[in-house]
Amino acid sequence: MAISFDEVEVGTELPAQSFPVSRAALVRYAGASGDFNPIHWNEEFAVSVGLPDVIAHGMFTMAEAIRVVTDWVGDPGAVVDYGVRFTRPVVVPNDDAGAVIEVSGKVAKLLDGRRVQVDLLVTSGGQKVLGQSRAVVQLG
Amino acid sequence: MALDPSFIGRSYPPTAPYEVGREKIREFAAAVGDLNPAYLDQAAAKALGYPDVIAPPTFAIALAMPASDQVIEDPALGLDFSRVVHGDQKFSYSRPLRAGDRVRVTVRIDNIKSLAGNDVLTVTGEMHEESGEHLVTTVMTLVARAVSDDETKDE
Repeated sequence: MAISFDEVEVGTELPAQSFPVSRAALVRYAGASGDFNPIHWNEEFAVSVGLPDVIAHGMFTMAEAIRVVTDWVGDPGAVVDYGVRFTRPVVVPNDDAGAVIEVSGKVAKLLDGRRVQVDLLVTSGGQKVLGQSRAVVQLG
Repeated sequence: MALDPSFIGRSYPPTAPYEVGREKIREFAAAVGDLNPAYLDQAAAKALGYPDVIAPPTFAIALAMPASDQVIEDPALGLDFSRVVHGDQKFSYSRPLRAGDRVRVTVRIDNIKSLAGNDVLTVTGEMHEESGEHLVTTVMTLVARAVSDDETKDE
């Protein structure tokens, strides 16, 4: 199951995934993470601070995006470095559909010690929501 | 109002130990919809070489954010926290957090700069197990948005 360094090259694509995000998911994430900022569950408050609607926690989106890496590599502890820039909010309407976070990734660099840099492309509604989203992964 | 750059380099005292629990890991993993067995099943975690279930990569934010409140709410720094948004987030792991870890977070201000009138603050959190073992370094960039001209006129 583990991915070997010898199997990958620059440009190797990781299986892409789509992650739905509903209002209920944001409430659940607020409880699990301890981030109760009302912009993530209270539409009236979100609008009052200039947002179009309730937005997902940036950290929720960051948690979803790395799953493309951890599902690929199997062992989540193989992620040794992970960073993102929050460039655009994921707006989550109060309906059955919610929003969808689309994540794809590819190997961007081969590093020393059988490690690779994976660059992630993270979009919602066709727009990039995370920038400079990359992880360093220890392969076997 | 720009923040005082003399706060660069300031460290805050280590937080009280946070004990990572199996059920908290399970709750967090479920909340992000990630059912990787390494988070849920001790046998699966052991098969990967860990003594107990490990936490998802971003779990450390649940410790980093309360720790960074020391900075955000420091009256001497005077950050307007109603205007703070999360700009960047990085994690560097020595090893994954796992059930049973007792973790202290030591926060310091690594940079303060002003960009287009916004205050940009870099806050680093060093997470260590009570035994002294380094676990994770988190680097969070916080942006305190400038007060717009319209709002200034209102004041």
